[in-house]
Amino acid sequence: MSDTKTLTDNHSNPFTVRVTQVRHCYDKADKKTGLYIPEWTLKSGQNVFLHGESGSGKTTFLNLLAGVLTPNQGAIELLGQPFSVKSARWRDKFRAHHIGVVFQQFNLIPYLSVLKNIQLAAHFAKSPIANVEEKAQKMLLQLKLPASTLHKAARHLSVGQQQRVAIARALINDPELLLVDEPTSALDASARNAFMEVLTELCQANHTSMIFVSHDMYLQRFFETSADMSALGQTWEPEQC
Amino acid sequence: MLMSLAWSSLGSRRKSVLLTFLSLLISISVLLSVEHIRQQAKESFNRTISGVDIIVGAPSGQLNLLLYSVFRMGSPTNTIDFASYQALNNSTQVKWAIPMSLGDSHRGFRVMGTNENYFTHFNYGNQQALRFKQGKAFTGMFEAVIGADVAKKLNYAVGDNIVLAHGIGATSFKQHHESPFVISGILEPTGTPVDKTVHVSLAGIEAIHLPPSQLQQILADPASVSVEPKSITAVMLGLESKLAIFQLQRQINNYKQDRLLGILPGVALTELWQIMGTIENLLRVISALVLISSLFGLSTMLLASMNQRKAEIAVLRIVGAGPGTIFSLVLLEALILVILTTVVAIGFVSAVLYLISDWLASQYGLFLSANLMSMNTIIIAGIIIGAAGITALIPSLEAYRSALHSRLSH
Repeated sequence: MSDTKTLTDNHSNPFTVRVTQVRHCYDKADKKTGLYIPEWTLKSGQNVFLHGESGSGKTTFLNLLAGVLTPNQGAIELLGQPFSVKSARWRDKFRAHHIGVVFQQFNLIPYLSVLKNIQLAAHFAKSPIANVEEKAQKMLLQLKLPASTLHKAARHLSVGQQQRVAIARALINDPELLLVDEPTSALDASARNAFMEVLTELCQANHTSMIFVSHDMYLQRFFETSADMSALGQTWEPEQC
Repeated sequence: MLMSLAWSSLGSRRKSVLLTFLSLLISISVLLSVEHIRQQAKESFNRTISGVDIIVGAPSGQLNLLLYSVFRMGSPTNTIDFASYQALNNSTQVKWAIPMSLGDSHRGFRVMGTNENYFTHFNYGNQQALRFKQGKAFTGMFEAVIGADVAKKLNYAVGDNIVLAHGIGATSFKQHHESPFVISGILEPTGTPVDKTVHVSLAGIEAIHLPPSQLQQILADPASVSVEPKSITAVMLGLESKLAIFQLQRQINNYKQDRLLGILPGVALTELWQIMGTIENLLRVISALVLISSLFGLSTMLLASMNQRKAEIAVLRIVGAGPGTIFSLVLLEALILVILTTVVAIGFVSAVLYLISDWLASQYGLFLSANLMSMNTIIIAGIIIGAAGITALIPSLEAYRSALHSRLSH
């Protein structure tokens, strides 16, 4: 397998994501549903707020971009690579190197320390970072977490702290793309705002493109660009699925 | 990293892992013990006697004769005439003959009446002769040579007096207080029943069983009375030529002047192993079944945890771990647990054997080494780990399947 980091070291690519004529069928509430996205791009360094009603296909779209699902038709290019047609193993490695992901919840392995959780991401990406611990410590400080957090078991952190550690984990390998799926749903208002500020600051500082999925329209104010999932693509109940 | 992750994952489910560990520890210990005891018992029995061509005793079955004469197990049911021994000793086919008179004991250790031939011709292990650690063979009527374990256990030294008791139990109603024996020598350890035996002269054994008046006379002037046993328990024979073994055995079994039974130690041992073989196989099957049941317990534990681990698998997938890595992780957890348990089981069985080895030797005549490390143990450990790998395929494949279907929302 090619070294995915080497393949994408070309910074001349203006798009982080390019989606063309993607069709994907999936099960929803025991019936087949299809997601169709004719055309969509995300520029390098761009942050986009992706919103839409429940069931509009937001999470399915993120799964396609993360490479855990592959489209039935069409193409997804990430960083100029024909991501969707590559093997699952290649996509796993690519994800480890170039994509950071933050879930709605359960982002960390509870029995591992914060440091071990962050090191995991560096390990699977075979990160060349000389001192992961030092970098993790710096990131935690940027995320307004005390340095002592590093050696605490993840299960001993509050939900807000866990979400911030998840950001550190997602950004440790300096990914070009960050996929974030409703990470503030379990946070109160002040924690949510603090989280959003830190997240957007870090993405800007690292020149990381971000797709932030939420149905909470309040969060739109943290982004310059937003996209409505129902405008981006369409769902239908196709017979061919 | 994967190893550290597997270790931490096991640590996060301490209670179920501990129970599985204990279940595996018991079953692996049972399996290792059965195999080790089986092997060691065979080795121990085989090394007990060497170079003896025929054992002669009263007719009572070849196993019984072998067990009481060589392994000091069980009791002789009858005796043979001393004249028969003399006849055998004088036979041109016989190179040497060792008479044995059993039936007395000293503080739980069996006493054997014999003569100097025993220290000259009796071999154990790989043709190893008996050697003295201290002192020398008995020369006087009331002298004794004790085995290494007797000396160690009872803290005896050359020159100490010991009193023999009638019968072979640890407790006896008849002690031969009036005629104590002086320890003339202590033998080097042999790892055979010799270590647990008190050896005295045939004349000494005969003398302590004489009426008190005659015994007093002997004690006052040992040369005044001729003491020759009328009967003994058994005779060990070494022949001039191995070719004569079967011929002499036939002659012994057809001996008109006395009822004798001549047995070949190797043949009797083979019969013993044949009888034991069925029991051995039964024990092996039972212990293997117990192990398989424990291994399925391990798989069940891992499988049951799979539902809770869906979120963990999703996290691993998202940081770049492929389904193959998730599969390896679960397999590694099973292997870590089984390897750790096997190592602990080896240590545990060794410790138990070390603690009970004296008791096994004195009660059952089994000389077991506490050192479990042998090629056989390594092979068994390999089989256990292989079997664990096979049974752990079920939860590993389930983890693989779970990883394949893992999504961002969970």
